[in-house]
Amino acid sequence: MALSLSNPARRRLRTLGFLSPWLVGFSVFFAYPLIATVYFSFMHYNQIKEPTFVGLRNWKYVFDQMPLFGPALWNTLWLVVIMVAVRVVFGLSLGLLITKIKTGAGFFRTAFYLPYLAPPVAATVAFVFLLNPGTGPVNEILDAVGISGPNWFNDPDTAKPSLVLLSLWGIGDLMVIFMASLLDVPKEQYEAADLDGAGAWAKFRYVTWPAITPIVMFAVVTGVVQTMQYYTQALVAGKVASGVNIGPGSVIQPGYPDHSTLTVPQLVYQMGFQNFNTGAACVLSLVLFAIAMAVTLLLMRKRSGLLSAED
Amino acid sequence: MTTTTLTAPTAPERTAPARGPAAARARRKRVLHWIAVHSVAIGVALLFVLPFVFVFLTSVMSDSQAMSGDLWPDSWHWSNYREVFETPGFLDWWRNSLMYAGLGTLFTVCSAIPVAYALAKFRFRGRRTAMLLVISTMMLPPQVIVIPMYLVWAQQFHLSGTLWPLIIPMAFGDAYSIFLLRQFLLTIPKEYIESAKVDGCGEFRTMIKIVVPMAKPGITAIALFQFFYCWNDYFGPQIYAAQNPGAWTLSYGLESFKSAHAVNWNMTMAATLLVMAPVILVFFFAQKAFVEGVTLTGVKG
Repeated sequence: MALSLSNPARRRLRTLGFLSPWLVGFSVFFAYPLIATVYFSFMHYNQIKEPTFVGLRNWKYVFDQMPLFGPALWNTLWLVVIMVAVRVVFGLSLGLLITKIKTGAGFFRTAFYLPYLAPPVAATVAFVFLLNPGTGPVNEILDAVGISGPNWFNDPDTAKPSLVLLSLWGIGDLMVIFMASLLDVPKEQYEAADLDGAGAWAKFRYVTWPAITPIVMFAVVTGVVQTMQYYTQALVAGKVASGVNIGPGSVIQPGYPDHSTLTVPQLVYQMGFQNFNTGAACVLSLVLFAIAMAVTLLLMRKRSGLLSAED
Repeated sequence: MTTTTLTAPTAPERTAPARGPAAARARRKRVLHWIAVHSVAIGVALLFVLPFVFVFLTSVMSDSQAMSGDLWPDSWHWSNYREVFETPGFLDWWRNSLMYAGLGTLFTVCSAIPVAYALAKFRFRGRRTAMLLVISTMMLPPQVIVIPMYLVWAQQFHLSGTLWPLIIPMAFGDAYSIFLLRQFLLTIPKEYIESAKVDGCGEFRTMIKIVVPMAKPGITAIALFQFFYCWNDYFGPQIYAAQNPGAWTLSYGLESFKSAHAVNWNMTMAATLLVMAPVILVFFFAQKAFVEGVTLTGVKG
């Protein structure tokens, strides 16, 4: 054993051995499909006949002629900006609130955290029911207090905000992350600020905020990446709210109402698995990839704390 | 110590029985602060809990009442739940979900442990690069690579219509689990590992005998996260299992359940709760591991 440790070649082999599951996984399930996606984006391929090279024709088609690309990109970017901003602000507020709670903290923590665990499909189906304009409990209650409720998932103007509302119900993970980082801020700094006569806002601005900035960055980066993939909730909300009977295999126009909930990932699915336009679907995938990477790199340059625990 | 009633004095007041208008004002301010914080908390908690309550109440209503917009059931139709279970396919969806989540979790844990251990404790060239690659994998939207992957599984291996294309890759490391577990393993002091080596343990034995038992909370956390990821997954089963109802999972089946029961919100809500139930049950048994896992990714990361 002692011999094997002093032998660099064997040590390298041992490292490779431990890393092998990931090395295989990375090459087969990440590197290969990524390269293949680029390859197919230059091919005409309907998944039956052999692919043929068409140069930039898929790219031109997506950017110039695909009618749904504009709305899908707009919806995705809308969700990325609004949903991430609202989630971070609300998650941070909830984190602050939970650190101030003295009585029943366990109950409140559980109540705020639990919805995060609800399976997205179940949560979405439940919200479409709750926010049903005609018979849903929410509009019933709003009616009772004299407010006529909006049409929520059935109105193009409120469909995306309704999705934001649904995402706030599942804010539990962010709340816990913020709570933990808020509890990590050194108490002495607050005491020092107290001695200087700092008010609540000054304490937040000059003590809390600098201490939690890396976590906020982390939340923003992961939030952006998650929202770029936003799929299940948008798809299920659109389908269930439309009230159409959808059997498996039936092709419906996604993004009900009026494509207001159509996101780029849904378009990838539609192109790749319903229209069998592999080239266009791969172009859309790469657009998604480019935006996700660009935003991530931009935000990581500032300092995300992602690798801070190195060593 | 905290107090549950407003009239009971809080600890500092008892030790320092200050009098006079200044002390009274300070006490009043504290009490008002307590009331303000807790009223906000109760208000927000209601908003978080009410969806569950309404979903449950609707799930025991009659068909017609569920359509009426009533909030409270006239009579309690517990048989809705039995009917959901008797829906053709529903039990298969349970079996498939359990298989996907169970095997997926097992594979993920077994493959993530050695990788995370190497990334946390071995020193080798390219360690930083490997870590960056793990993180960039985490950042990649699944839709980016799904088409070539689907073509391979469907055309080379003829496995479309099954959940295997989703389960097999988990035997080759899941970036998120590797990342999380590595962050956890960083907190295990070097000394334990070194002393095991002095006692003549090889790396593999050190990992199994020393590191795995010490990393139990971290391993539990990745197992739970992976289990729920699989349980909640909709996109994966839609890609691979859509054409074959016999391979549907609960998450995928639920939406088609709604379509089949277009007007039966009561049945749909009962099914919705049944899909949520396992997740919530497991949470109550493993609360600590969860919170630990979430904070680990966010804070120590």
